[in-house]
Amino acid sequence: MREALTRTPPRRPASRPRPDRPQLIKAATITVLLLFTLFGLPQLLSLYYIDTMTQVAVYSMVTLALGVLVGRVGLVSLGQVAVLAIGAWVAARLLFATTQPYPVILLEAGLITMVAGIVTGLPALRLRGLYLALITLMLAGAITVVLATVNFPNGGHGFLGYNGSLVHIPPIRRPSVAGTDPAYFRYAVIVAILMFALTTAHLKTKPGRAWAAIRQSEPAALAAGINTTLYKLWALALASFITGVAGGVLAGAVHYLYSIGFPTQDSITLLAVTLMGGAYSMWGAVVAALLYQFLPALLNNWGVSADWLIILFGLGVLQVLTTAPAGLADQVPRDLKRLARRLRRQRTTT
Amino acid sequence: MIEVDGLTVRYGGVTSLDAMSLSFTEGTCGLIGPNGAGKTTFFNVLSGFVRPAAGTVRAFGVDLLSMAHFRRARWGVRRTFQTEQAIEELSVFDNVAMVHEHSRLGAATRRKDVLDALDFTGLGAVSPDARVRTLTAGQRRLVEVARAVVGRPRLVLLDEPAAGLPDEETSHLGDVIRAIPEHTGALTILVDHDMSLVSACCTTTAVLDFGKLIASGPTAAVLRNDDVIRAYLGVA
Repeated sequence: MREALTRTPPRRPASRPRPDRPQLIKAATITVLLLFTLFGLPQLLSLYYIDTMTQVAVYSMVTLALGVLVGRVGLVSLGQVAVLAIGAWVAARLLFATTQPYPVILLEAGLITMVAGIVTGLPALRLRGLYLALITLMLAGAITVVLATVNFPNGGHGFLGYNGSLVHIPPIRRPSVAGTDPAYFRYAVIVAILMFALTTAHLKTKPGRAWAAIRQSEPAALAAGINTTLYKLWALALASFITGVAGGVLAGAVHYLYSIGFPTQDSITLLAVTLMGGAYSMWGAVVAALLYQFLPALLNNWGVSADWLIILFGLGVLQVLTTAPAGLADQVPRDLKRLARRLRRQRTTT
Repeated sequence: MIEVDGLTVRYGGVTSLDAMSLSFTEGTCGLIGPNGAGKTTFFNVLSGFVRPAAGTVRAFGVDLLSMAHFRRARWGVRRTFQTEQAIEELSVFDNVAMVHEHSRLGAATRRKDVLDALDFTGLGAVSPDARVRTLTAGQRRLVEVARAVVGRPRLVLLDEPAAGLPDEETSHLGDVIRAIPEHTGALTILVDHDMSLVSACCTTTAVLDFGKLIASGPTAAVLRNDDVIRAYLGVA
């Protein structure tokens, strides 16, 4: 019997393949793009667009975190803007209260937001789908109300660091190496790169495989001995950490923070652009951030109201859900390749 | 050996298992009965997906119900599902290696274990790096079985593994199922509606009807039992 079942010849063990040519080309393309973004882009853009691209860097971290939750684990969160606000609040408070280096502040903001994210997300872990979305939306609403009450720190004393009678409000400081807008843009991009690397490290290893199993079949994951609660919590912690760090970068980018800048409904728009960009890929997070921050800035510059974007995003989500579940980051290159193939075929026939 | 005593499961007003008691000792055992008899619920209780209202379950002397579901899998309770649950996004290798994620075995031992399991199920010719979505339905079922037998399972629960498979693949699957106890040392319980598969694989069989055990014993005798014929098999 045993011989009958093992009649197939012994074969090579599954091993890590060496990087092949397409992988090397991909790595080279990413490196060139990053170098261009860091050194070329600030030379080409006006200050208006440099500030916009700093926001793109910040929100690419937020959409990356949302992509981990939605795309990788299947947890729909409608509260990411509130998590971002927590990160920004903590960073602002620490930046006013201490003289710690900026990277330390970012790390602390990330860690504190991570704890807050876990505590608020813990009860929701047993929920999925619409119920989880609803709970996170309500939580986001609650956090927004609290932030509107306590206000963002503005250099005042006490635990909250807010003083309503201040006339000359000091700006939130930036790192000494990134005082100017172009330098701070580079700083934000480097932090974003680190967050993308952190996420990649997760996706390529044990948590990534566990998340894939949980998203596709939680029963199968459980049957394989995967502690699904732990890994969901892990995803929540990672997403909260990244969003907290993004909040810290945002604090330095805008100098002044107000609760009105973190409306609850923005979480819904964020989810929409994350789905449009592609919740399953890293590029999707960048595309989503461009849609969320660059497109409105472009329309404003052209004198078109950015309110129209709500309609565009609605149509975009519909388009993506019906024709490209993996988002624009997957669909556009695929369609371009198809177009190139068709053109080649036409050329050979003529 | 597994001993179940007074197991009761209720879903709202519906009693799925009604103070059921049974025991299986070794080899491959069959569990049959009409739809809704409680077979999958029984598997769900053993694997920790459902908490019973009453009763005890002891497997090899261990109180299974006191363990969290993922710990039961790590301890050795493995299962497949009625609806095939291979993870499409992962490779064949990673689908099986999922079981070893928590283990303290070295990477080389884990790899050997996984490849052994793939060979055992007859998936030796399939590249371990192949994506599951590229496989046939029968191969995907075998990936699930490989995931259930990799490492050192103590109890392997197979929930209608041959559902929807053509005869040739069912026959191969039968060979695999029969070989599981010898290959792994695990007690294997097979739920299926294919009586020829059950007859070919199982030395002993138990029959459930409306959540109650109506017969158990040597498979051939059980399949001739009047109560079983009346409740499930029907008169030819």
